[in-house]
Amino acid sequence: MIANLPFIAIALLIGIAFAIILLKKNMIKMVMGLGILESAVNLFLITIGYREDGIAPIFTNAPEGVNMVLPTVQALTLTNIVIGVAGTALMISMIMVIYKKYGTINSDKMRRLKE
Amino acid sequence: MSLILDNLPALLIAVPLLGAFLIPIIGRFLPKIRDAWIILVSFLSSMAAVLTAFTVYTKGTLVYVFGAAAGSGAAPIDSGGIPFRIIFTIDGFGAFMLLSAAIVSFAVVLYLVASQKERSGKSEFYALYLLLTAGIFGMVSTGDLFNFFVFLEINTLSGAALVSYHRKGGIAVEGALKYLIVNTVGGLMVLFSVGLLYAQYNSLNMAYIASQMTLTTLNIVALVLFITALAMKAGAVPFHFATPDAYSVAPSGITALMVVASQAGLYGLFRILFTVYGGVINTVTVGWVIIVIGILSMVIGVTMALPQKDIKRLLAYHAVSQTGYMLLGVGVAFAVLGDPAATAAFGQTAMEGGLFHIINHALYKGLLFLAVGAVIYRTGVWSLNKLGGLGHNMKWTMVFFLIGALAIAGIPPFNGFASKLMIYESVFAFNPALSIIAMVVSILTLASFMKVFHSVFMGPKLPEFENVKEVPKLMIAGMVILTIFVIGFGLMPDLVVDSIVTPAANALLNQGSYITAVLGGFL
Repeated sequence: MIANLPFIAIALLIGIAFAIILLKKNMIKMVMGLGILESAVNLFLITIGYREDGIAPIFTNAPEGVNMVLPTVQALTLTNIVIGVAGTALMISMIMVIYKKYGTINSDKMRRLKE
Repeated sequence: MSLILDNLPALLIAVPLLGAFLIPIIGRFLPKIRDAWIILVSFLSSMAAVLTAFTVYTKGTLVYVFGAAAGSGAAPIDSGGIPFRIIFTIDGFGAFMLLSAAIVSFAVVLYLVASQKERSGKSEFYALYLLLTAGIFGMVSTGDLFNFFVFLEINTLSGAALVSYHRKGGIAVEGALKYLIVNTVGGLMVLFSVGLLYAQYNSLNMAYIASQMTLTTLNIVALVLFITALAMKAGAVPFHFATPDAYSVAPSGITALMVVASQAGLYGLFRILFTVYGGVINTVTVGWVIIVIGILSMVIGVTMALPQKDIKRLLAYHAVSQTGYMLLGVGVAFAVLGDPAATAAFGQTAMEGGLFHIINHALYKGLLFLAVGAVIYRTGVWSLNKLGGLGHNMKWTMVFFLIGALAIAGIPPFNGFASKLMIYESVFAFNPALSIIAMVVSILTLASFMKVFHSVFMGPKLPEFENVKEVPKLMIAGMVILTIFVIGFGLMPDLVVDSIVTPAANALLNQGSYITAVLGGFL
């Protein structure tokens, strides 16, 4: 049970993130929802690489017979964090432009494309 | 010379990336040679793609291992057979997508150099353009699931930035933001499913995962997420809402490349279905899911296109509709994958028709977007109600638009006819009703394009367009390149199908050949 706690947390975070993205009208809050979704995926990646009592996966002078956590997923997480920063920065700067031009960040009022 | 030929797959990514990062420096100190530089870099990366494709077609699947001696394989000797090295695996299907991306991306560069001449911020624009090209090349050549996700994100981010580039009162940013949010959610879904697969097989290598694949609940969840996310990227119904918004506001040349970028999502979908899940999944059920998505895209895309007044939005809905044909053809092939007799009878043809339609669509839809972009470049008007009589002053553009319109409607002797005929014939053998829907959609497409052609180019000269001139020669050159392929593929469909489409279809249908090419003697 205790070992499954991270997965329960991930499921909750994904649920919260999708609720925010789908229900909130404020664009900044939608970007926050995306941030939570990204963190949930990062947490998932780290969790699947975790081993009970694992140490950092450095082979030099490593003690015998000790579990190591998986390094690949940590590399994936780092990459995803960097990509996430780029995406968030781009989205927020786009929302700034929209606020300047439209005077609102409510997604219901962004309807100029449809006219 | 052999150094270049041996490292072609690395050059596919290295040339556009290095070229992209040098552009701001060149633009700062030597703005005069910037246009020549971007044409040169784009030409070199397209050449790398064409040469790679040629190598694959002549010598078979290419496995390129980064950071290891040539020919040492994806799995180091002491790894116990688990391939953890970063590899590019380019088989017939990857080579096919590379060709389509190479042709369109070079033609569009010529067009952009002329059409962006008066605009500001060109250095960053071209840098993003090359990044988008690198993202597409990477997606269709990688053999590693996580790499696929990284290139998908490069593709999404640079694509969204390019869509928003010229903000017309904020609407370009609005379209780009929708596109970015939808595709970021899709990208995270892909990463989550990559995690699900990694948790079970401890590897990111597609061939290794495919060889170990069993049908667990987690794998089904991962497959559903993959299909959803990649259908979002490809712009298929019911995930099409961001596609028309983004395509209609992007600079016209960019939209032509965005069509190819969305097809890289289609590549990922087919690769996951056939290569990774091909041996274990219930192909009839999943095949029908793909067929239904395809039919819905075709019908909803074309019916939404008919009432549009914005000329680029109309074309964008037709892009959704044409994606449906590809999904229909390949979906039929997937549905009969478990039945060798049916595959030989019509599955193979359906597959070839669907794949052939990918490259044809990239060519004629690219041509249509460039021609419409030429109209907008000279008139500055988007609305079909306000345009008219341009055939008098823009004869070349009119000819190119007409060729593209006849090709998309499936009129011989253009390339759209060749692939649509293959799809009709083979799908009719599978289920006649589906084939009839496809034909009706084709007729509606023709009706829609005749309306556009008539209202933009026909009729008397309008006074407000009295002084409209033909577009600059480089823009025409970009359209000529695409036109040559549209007509050439239409006149010699057998040659094209035999030399590039059949290897692509075989690469997807023979899952074993992909796995053996990567894992070799290890398994």
